[in-house]
Amino acid sequence: MPKDSVIGTSPRRREDNRFITGKGRYTDDINLQGQTYAAFARSDVAAGIIKSVDTTKAAKMPGVLAVFTGEDFVDVGGNPAGWLVHSRDGSPMKEPKRPVLAHGKVRHVGDAYAAVIAETAEQARDAVEAIEADIEAITPVLNMKDALKDGAPLVHDEIETNLCYDWGWIEDNREKVNEVFENAPHITTLELVNNRLVPNAMEPRASTGVYNPGTDDYTLYTTSQNPHVTRLLICAFVMGIPENKLTVIAPDVGGGFGSKIYHYGEEALVLAASKKLGRPVTWTCSRSESFLTDAHGRDHVTKMEIACEKDGTFLAFRTETYANLGAYLSNFSTSVPTYLHGTLMAGNYKVPHVYVNVKAVMTNTTPVDAYRGAGRPEATFQLERCIDKCARELGIDPIQIRRKNFIKPGDFPYMTPVGLEYDTGNYDASMDILERNADLKNFEARRKESESRGKLRGLGIASYIEACGIAPSNVAGALGSRVGLYDSATVRVNATGNISVMVGAHSHGQGHETAFPQIVADRLGVDPASIEIVHGDTSKIPFGMGTYGSRSLAVCGSAVCKATDKIIAKAKLIAAHMMDAKGEQIDFEDGVFSVPGTNKNVPFGDVALKAYIPHDFPLEEIEPGLEETAFYDPANFTYPAGAYACEVEVDPDTGKVEVVAFAAADDFGNVINPMIVEGQVHGGLAQGIGQALVEHAVYDDTGQLLAGSYMDYTMPRADDLPMFDVDHSSVTACTHNPLGVKGCGEAGAIGSPPALVNAVIDALHSGGHKVAHIDMPMTPSRVWAAMNG
Amino acid sequence: MTSVSMTVNGRSVSAEVEGRTLLVDLLRGQLNLTGTHVGCDTSQCGACVVHVNGEAVKSCTVFAAELDGAEVKTIEGMADGDQLHPIQAAFKEYHGLQCGFCTPGMIMSAAALLKDNPKPTELEVRDYLEGNICRCTGYHNIVKAIMAASGQDVPAVAAE
Repeated sequence: MPKDSVIGTSPRRREDNRFITGKGRYTDDINLQGQTYAAFARSDVAAGIIKSVDTTKAAKMPGVLAVFTGEDFVDVGGNPAGWLVHSRDGSPMKEPKRPVLAHGKVRHVGDAYAAVIAETAEQARDAVEAIEADIEAITPVLNMKDALKDGAPLVHDEIETNLCYDWGWIEDNREKVNEVFENAPHITTLELVNNRLVPNAMEPRASTGVYNPGTDDYTLYTTSQNPHVTRLLICAFVMGIPENKLTVIAPDVGGGFGSKIYHYGEEALVLAASKKLGRPVTWTCSRSESFLTDAHGRDHVTKMEIACEKDGTFLAFRTETYANLGAYLSNFSTSVPTYLHGTLMAGNYKVPHVYVNVKAVMTNTTPVDAYRGAGRPEATFQLERCIDKCARELGIDPIQIRRKNFIKPGDFPYMTPVGLEYDTGNYDASMDILERNADLKNFEARRKESESRGKLRGLGIASYIEACGIAPSNVAGALGSRVGLYDSATVRVNATGNISVMVGAHSHGQGHETAFPQIVADRLGVDPASIEIVHGDTSKIPFGMGTYGSRSLAVCGSAVCKATDKIIAKAKLIAAHMMDAKGEQIDFEDGVFSVPGTNKNVPFGDVALKAYIPHDFPLEEIEPGLEETAFYDPANFTYPAGAYACEVEVDPDTGKVEVVAFAAADDFGNVINPMIVEGQVHGGLAQGIGQALVEHAVYDDTGQLLAGSYMDYTMPRADDLPMFDVDHSSVTACTHNPLGVKGCGEAGAIGSPPALVNAVIDALHSGGHKVAHIDMPMTPSRVWAAMNG
Repeated sequence: MTSVSMTVNGRSVSAEVEGRTLLVDLLRGQLNLTGTHVGCDTSQCGACVVHVNGEAVKSCTVFAAELDGAEVKTIEGMADGDQLHPIQAAFKEYHGLQCGFCTPGMIMSAAALLKDNPKPTELEVRDYLEGNICRCTGYHNIVKAIMAASGQDVPAVAAE
């Protein structure tokens, strides 16, 4: 077997060849014969009544081919919410409609209410400027607590409230948790904000709609993490097109981080416009539009409480969170503060009682949905910050209070009080590795050295656990998911032995084109170079749910295994026929089929060829061909976990924080390609450090996004970050999927923010500043203000 | 409309452009050199970096009409046939890219850095990349790739 077929090695990425030479093919790179260009008119007020939209002048502008307004889409369906959440009183969440283009009202700055199609992009943009819209600005609702007051302006009149739901998890725990708090020897309370972020995939969203009047079907090229989900949403909910009349192609996609999971109105618009004009219609988002319209992330305001013994033994956790959903329900927004957040509130700890309350609020801001981590960073942040505060209050070492409460290896499978069953883990092992790799025993010496240079040095620790591999459909369905959460793969062995693997997952940076062949090659004993991965085109791939929630390998990779195993089973029948044996007698190893106890054997390639030249097949027993499809629905979530250590230096004169060291010890279960895994952790860490130090989607009190460009929203740059020490050598293999893998995409973004804030608090305490908490991002002015009262 | 002639990746090209046509739009739209990307509209992200007369330039900040007679090199002109430029090879070897969108600009910036500073320190690399944003890699492996391309010792990419 070639060395690079082995699981756990790092063949370099084959997709790199096109990206490093400029031959990637992203949506905006596609230039179709006769294509036209769309541009959108967007609200410049946070809330307003659309009194009239006069498109007369715009329609007469040079090159203009068509103008659309919200009125053109009143009769088509809306963009739906994918997850139904029920409130504590049993009532279903409120579901305001989300139209393709706003009509009646605009509800956030950037809300599109009209679109122009023209011969060139410049002409389309010029014509948008000529649209005369009479929009009466009305008082927006921006602050979540204000939004819930009696008499607050309504984002959606039709639902008669700004409260989407008031969710309790688990409601039956509430009374008991309150009782424990009443009698607790020690209570730690922390109020904190999980700051709103803009995902900022480097490729702006783009979509091209192509209607073919000859066949009455459509093709949509779009920046999607999950083309089949996008197709389903457009067909079944928004436009009423049969799925077999729409092909969705997500070609190379320049990052997603959650923001490209969702269906956006621009996709429907370019399809509808293409049908009207009989020409392709393309649209590429400017970065300014991205800031206003890509679904944002986080934006929680939380009060977290820990009840514990004086020795730090946890007795109960209680949290109350206000979650900002923005102006419309983005497709999976309602699941983020609930089933991706409340279910993780036990963390890595053996805490007997937990109760989580979440109030989800509509405001006149950009919709908020899943962004790298999605709910789990919010859970981890509040818990790991609050544990740190608790340890400080009780005078216990932050590592020891965690170790004291960790779920131990012998406790698995472990049922938490918030509804998840962790299958496996070893949190002490990760902490052991972290203590060694981060050289924690010499921290005090490093602190003294920093102090000799006038800097305050701090050490922050955080543990995390996440639920990935989303998810078992039956569990998700029982909890309100309106979609299944399996994935799929087709393995097609071609006649001359090369292999095409069509997968439901989409790769937009994750390296599937390299890692998935490692799985197939390992099982079949063939050269991975003979295996090609096909993804991103609904006309080629089986129906799969795509890439998000660190699920591609755990769910789609498992489907690849399952389909490959079916190939082996079928090939054994063919091999048996070729060797005059019975199928159940055949051994298969290193790419060779053999009959044990004989010298009969045939290589995989010969069997493949035979499958397509079945001249002598017993056709009632064996069908020609060698192609198998498998759908894989996981039995449980997977539970990656780990421990992170961050060291910072704070300049006491300016409040500037520098991350001087960051170590991550993760347990991802088995690892297929360590190079790719480590790269995923690096990227996650950078996003988490970005959240903790520099990123913040700030709105002013009129609802204008002040941080609406790269001039105003700080993206982490190379000089904001250190080299990272990452380690995934602690392995407890997932017990319920064939690869024993857990997922690694989100871990870095989940574990790093609390580690960093804990480090800054530690640094300030070392300088005599008894600061309890600093909200993210910890800008110099915030840190300086915290130090100076 | 204005006529401009320039050399792009060693080939002479002529085009009719509007006064407001940016170099990046000429490259992507008329010359079909779509390896140069547009990631923002404020000249911050660096996905559009190309070389003009040997200097790194953000092609979203320069009008095509200004470049009559210029020599332009884009990511498509970096490899010599099948022979990758050492920086391209290092980005692959050290996993200096994930989604690939910022990569052309990163490579073009790195080439400009190494031309002026053939053995940069890690700090100098990080400082130089201030005008290139990557959302995927945390820059860790980009920095390693550039250090390696400059001939300096760099630890292996992954623990296998």
